[in-house]
Amino acid sequence: MSENKVAIKPGKPWAATPRERGVNLGAILLAALGSFALVAMSELKGKLAYAGVFFILIIMINFILNYFSRGIASAKDSIASTFAVAGVVVTLLPIASIMYAIFERGKAGLNFNLFTTDMKLNGPNDPIGQGGLLHAMTGSGIMVGIALIISLPIGILTAIYLTEIRGFFTRPIQFLVQAMSGVPSIVAGLFILSAIVFPITKTPSGLMAGLALSILMIPTIARTSEEVLLLIPPDLREAGIALGGTQWRTISQIVVPAAKSGLITAIILGVARVAGETAPLVLVSGGGDAINLNPTSGPMGSFPFYIWKSFTFGTTESIARAWAGIFVLLVLIFILFIAARLLGGDRNKK
Amino acid sequence: MSTTTPGAKSADFSTSTPAKREITTKPRLSDKVFRGVATGGGLSSLLILGLIFAFLAFQGFQVLRSEGLRFITGSDWEVVTDNFGVTDLSASKFGIAAMLIGTVICATIAVIIAVPISVLCALYLTFYAPNAVKRFMVAIIDLMAAFPSILFGMWGYFVLMPHAEYWARLLYKYFGWIPFFKMDVNIFERSPFIAGVVLATMIIPIITSISREIFSQTPLDRMQAAYALGATRWAMIRAVVIPYGRSGVVGGAMLGLGRAMGETVAVYTTLNLVYQINWQVLIGAGGNVASMILLKFGEAGPTETRALMAAGLALFILTLIVNSIANIIVTKTGGKGR
Repeated sequence: MSENKVAIKPGKPWAATPRERGVNLGAILLAALGSFALVAMSELKGKLAYAGVFFILIIMINFILNYFSRGIASAKDSIASTFAVAGVVVTLLPIASIMYAIFERGKAGLNFNLFTTDMKLNGPNDPIGQGGLLHAMTGSGIMVGIALIISLPIGILTAIYLTEIRGFFTRPIQFLVQAMSGVPSIVAGLFILSAIVFPITKTPSGLMAGLALSILMIPTIARTSEEVLLLIPPDLREAGIALGGTQWRTISQIVVPAAKSGLITAIILGVARVAGETAPLVLVSGGGDAINLNPTSGPMGSFPFYIWKSFTFGTTESIARAWAGIFVLLVLIFILFIAARLLGGDRNKK
Repeated sequence: MSTTTPGAKSADFSTSTPAKREITTKPRLSDKVFRGVATGGGLSSLLILGLIFAFLAFQGFQVLRSEGLRFITGSDWEVVTDNFGVTDLSASKFGIAAMLIGTVICATIAVIIAVPISVLCALYLTFYAPNAVKRFMVAIIDLMAAFPSILFGMWGYFVLMPHAEYWARLLYKYFGWIPFFKMDVNIFERSPFIAGVVLATMIIPIITSISREIFSQTPLDRMQAAYALGATRWAMIRAVVIPYGRSGVVGGAMLGLGRAMGETVAVYTTLNLVYQINWQVLIGAGGNVASMILLKFGEAGPTETRALMAAGLALFILTLIVNSIANIIVTKTGGKGR
């Protein structure tokens, strides 16, 4: 390190030295050993006891170590950081558990038939190999498509109003969009039921489900697009106007194209938001078992409804079907998310 | 364009000079149309919210009128039909008090569990985590926020419930003297506590991401000032970050509360609905408006469906109020980045 070198490498004096790392590792090991010993000796039992004792021990060990090496302030700091790490661990536990459960329970129901047949000739209780998800895929696709056709213009127009036009209604609309994102999904279903299905069509259909989903999708698209449009540098707008463009031409030919990838991210997030909505579909989609490509008449199946129906049916086979359905649905959502990340890129990088 | 440029033919200019354009700040027709359309799009959220309110109130009006205030204060839900299968509205009882209170209880339990965890998680992500870890964790937590609620419902029912039941037994064993944790009947399955735990896992990502956003807006100069005065990381957080972000975290918690109140499927699978107000959260008897609507909808006749719409209206108003308060708090905090 101290040899005659011309360029001094910037160091990281705050980084842990090997000795400190060793001490930290030692503390963790000591706490683990201690928790095993204590749980074995006392009446406590179960995973919770191990975790709890380990947590208390590691706090105590860190506190003592830091107190003697750096004083009381540092000792308090060590408690805080242990708690912060514990918070992350507790947050990650359910995610890991959910992923594991889907994989472990869903893989039994996976087979090629899922993608080639529907449930027209099969009940949820039939052996796993029979029947499939095709009706759910087409149905979900159509419903989400309808929702997207309705929500996309409204969402993007709202975002344009909020970022570009900034009129008298900007604050109220911002507020309303946020309020709308909190509308419970079942209320969206009930609304379509009370406004259209009940008085007019009398029967559930795919179109109604699409309408209900669009209520949930609009705020997601509007808020994400608003964020995206805010990131477009004002220079672009000023350049457009300086060239003599009207506001309409500036926005439609400069600002929106510049934000294209971000707007696609908004669409993807909106789709991911509604793809798994269950409650409104139970109310207004009708949930058929056969492929139905006509959204205006007849019940239409969907992923959430298929999962819901199989789950509430309650036999071993049907529950395996439900897990397999949720496996496929989650893979789709996952793909959408990765696509959004790749396209959106820098959006969340701070 | 100037005529003094050498070689320029000034004669040509005199013939081809365009008529003087009127210089004005008035918007052209295209702009007027565009602004009108965008304003219309923006106001559609007002329209939709208004329509939701209007139609639910319209369809639920009959029931609301015959029940009056009992709709909110009563807890019975009985449908009386005459010999022809027509619902007798005056004899039927529709009251959602137990369901409303149950909704608030479950959501409150969820928030009480979720807030400390999410705040710690957000603090770690903002101030402790190395960049790579941070990016990965943020992606994972965002993904978790997009998990469909039926997934939480099934996971809660099959995976979490046995564990949560065990935790409930522990709570009863050691804290049974607290009135809320008393048990008059020995049923631990499908209690408000368990539903609250499932809801907590659902709202942790929401509260975490809001808290993280607010913590990351903490003014840098104040943080650096704290460090320069010799503060440890924790001392800095306590002196700068927490006073700055406190109200924002409260707003985030309220948004989580609103989300938890409106959740349907996850509660449906993990909560036993009983039409009686129950404050003892460990007993397997609770209420929830959303999952009651889902439960009753399948077998409901026309009149009962109207009653369910009135219940939906109550839920809509409740969540709207909670969300509005939350949004006001969050936007106030977010804006003051001094």
